[in-house]
Amino acid sequence: MKLQEFTSSAHNFEECMKCTVCAAYCPVVQVNPRYPGPKQAGPDGERLRLKDPIFFDEALKYCLNCKRCEVACPSGVNVADIIQEARMKYGKSKPRLRDRILASTDVMGPLAVPFAPVVNFATGLGVTKAVLHATMGIDRHRTFPKYSSRTFEAWFRRNALKEQRKYDNRVAFFHGCYVNYNYPALGKDFVKIMNAIGYGVELLDKEQCCGVAMISNGMYDGAVKHARNNVSALSKAVDKGLKILTTSSTCTFTMRDEYPSLLKVDNSAVRDSILLATRFIYEQVESGAVKLAFKDGYKARIAYHTPCHMEKLGWGVFSKAILARIPGVEFTALDSNCCGISGTYGFKKENYGVSQAIGKPLFDHIASVNPDFVACDCETCKWQIEMSTGYKVLNPISVLAEALDLEKTARINGF
Amino acid sequence: MKFNTIIIGGGLSGLTAAIQLQLSGESTAVISAGQSALHFSSGTFGILNSGAVLPEGHPYSKIGPKLQDYIARIKPFFAKAGVSLHGNDSRNMLRLTPTGTFQECRYAMEEVELFDAGNPDIGNKVLIVNVQGFFDFNTAFIAQGLEKAGATCRIESVSLPEFGRVRESPSEMRSVNLARILEGGGTLDEFIASVKALIKDEDTVILPEIFGLRDSSPALKVKESLGVRCIFVGTMPPSVPGIRCQMQLRRYYESLGGIFLMGDEAVGVNIADSTVKAVSTKNLGAHWLMADNFILSTGSFFSKGLASSPEGVTEPLFGVDTSYDKNRPEWYRRDFFESQPYMEFGVATDGGFHAIKDGIPLTNLYAAGSILAGRGPLTLGCGAGVAILTAFAVADSITGGKA
Repeated sequence: MKLQEFTSSAHNFEECMKCTVCAAYCPVVQVNPRYPGPKQAGPDGERLRLKDPIFFDEALKYCLNCKRCEVACPSGVNVADIIQEARMKYGKSKPRLRDRILASTDVMGPLAVPFAPVVNFATGLGVTKAVLHATMGIDRHRTFPKYSSRTFEAWFRRNALKEQRKYDNRVAFFHGCYVNYNYPALGKDFVKIMNAIGYGVELLDKEQCCGVAMISNGMYDGAVKHARNNVSALSKAVDKGLKILTTSSTCTFTMRDEYPSLLKVDNSAVRDSILLATRFIYEQVESGAVKLAFKDGYKARIAYHTPCHMEKLGWGVFSKAILARIPGVEFTALDSNCCGISGTYGFKKENYGVSQAIGKPLFDHIASVNPDFVACDCETCKWQIEMSTGYKVLNPISVLAEALDLEKTARINGF
Repeated sequence: MKFNTIIIGGGLSGLTAAIQLQLSGESTAVISAGQSALHFSSGTFGILNSGAVLPEGHPYSKIGPKLQDYIARIKPFFAKAGVSLHGNDSRNMLRLTPTGTFQECRYAMEEVELFDAGNPDIGNKVLIVNVQGFFDFNTAFIAQGLEKAGATCRIESVSLPEFGRVRESPSEMRSVNLARILEGGGTLDEFIASVKALIKDEDTVILPEIFGLRDSSPALKVKESLGVRCIFVGTMPPSVPGIRCQMQLRRYYESLGGIFLMGDEAVGVNIADSTVKAVSTKNLGAHWLMADNFILSTGSFFSKGLASSPEGVTEPLFGVDTSYDKNRPEWYRRDFFESQPYMEFGVATDGGFHAIKDGIPLTNLYAAGSILAGRGPLTLGCGAGVAILTAFAVADSITGGKA
């Protein structure tokens, strides 16, 4: 009999040695004394909660779900999962209207896109910000991401779809809410690169928001619905033998890891087919299947920021390698620190101070490097860094699209 | 991805080997499943207690005549990485422990006080100062120990408004959080002034190790400013000097172009003809990592480099041969303070630190650090020494001494 098999516990919490290393790396503990810290909120608290749910502490809401405690844990305990699941099981506070609006990215998107110029004008006004601050609790320092006047999907159907049929090799693209409603240019860059290296792009059959904002805002039923929908949409692509590529580290992490561990949605049939585009491109180049040709004279000083969910995924190595190997690039990897925004967390007025304090070491590091721009694979980190430092932030795919000689790349790959 | 060498385990031994290899021009990657045992470090490094007799099969015996050269390399090596050590290459000194006793060691991080082995001079009158409400530093233990050694001790505590913030959450009143408040600027000055005001006729002040998470400058500033001798004593984990050492080694390694895969774990291995071809990791899945050489520095039982079960002691990743007593009751001694046999269990290697699988040495898998069999970290005081010196030895045999 192997005794150990009978002592396993949810999220490995029995493995906790009480060493407190997780607390040393928690970005919230450093700035918010009301947060009990990952060890207390996670495995220690879990022991008590299992005894009696009365021990649930509403202060667990201060957890950013950044997963840095899990990355640091020497014993393999999924500390953040324990905390998130406790919030889901025992939390009594219901999401406010504001939380629902912030979390419902693919409800707000279709509403805003047709009126994008008006919405962008209105959300940029000081008076709107003041009203949102006072009535909704959305911090007045924040600027809502601009909406695009046409969705990425609409652009793709009209301008790119036909072109894709030329390619025998295909990939599916999970574009996510940000590319679709706010920044179609990133999706366009992705399509350009994939075409140049000889891949046609397909969209999924009705993708929905990955659900990360719903998880962090307590809208668990909605998140599960989205997860089920997406796993089914992803399965159809996987059945056709396609890899599903993404440009957002958070969507990728959520679909790979949060679906099974928190939402209990089985994604085993699709999990290994979901890849960040930078990883896919790196692997194609490494295997020799694809060659890249760069523009002569491209020059940039790039500082790369590793988003928390990228740190947890462990795939920053691919984005960093791609950027660092572009001829003419002077590359700096910034110390991996949380930027403080954590999706919708930093938009809430009660979190603004904490959010900026968490990000300060990162902002200071960026200022000391003084790059031409910052590169990062997460859209909410982008908003936070742009607002807090004034430096422009680009997704590595957009950087690559700018640095590549696309025509020459297509030619040397036989297209 | 392909590298010259992949190091599995990113603690003291793994990082030392990785830095040496990177310095010799190799491309390397480190796979690190969580943070390392340096987070529990005393800020001092032991090589071997004086008078200790090396048991047969101790890792040092495999290093052979190069051992003294390697020992002399330790200080310059750490200095390059930004970790300034002091101590004497050829004899042990003493450090003051959190229980007020003295223990042998060879080197210490720059702010940690070392005492002469013969007759440690602690001073006649000692002021022990804690931060109010900080329970990870036991002033009474220290006083008790020092009074036995003939010193007179007085215990005081300092309370600053800035500490009140940390105290709001009692579970987070910890060394690291205090160190962040005392990083520099006004709070550090205020703290120094408060301690100075407490000094009456004492010639020595003892403070907890809560200074200098990123670099040692806050600790050095305290030492310089008090006007009397200042001795830092370790707290309960996490260790502030230990974290600083880990962060500085990692930062230096990455600045040399090394790839540090933090929070990832090697889970699969591909071995053919007694040669390791590749390893797979939890995070990278189907993306196998290939290399010419591999170093196994995953640590002992706590770090999961070794696993024990009712059936025996195993090395869970490669399944390489281990050395342990097959008679389970012999693993422990009833007296807790006796030398415990299980601490000497570990991975078996040939004379060149090659791991052995089913009796045959693997051509390109080396073991280094606390995973090795034959150590006696507590009784021999060789923990850090084995970690660093075997890493030097393995790096040298990979590069042919180029490092």
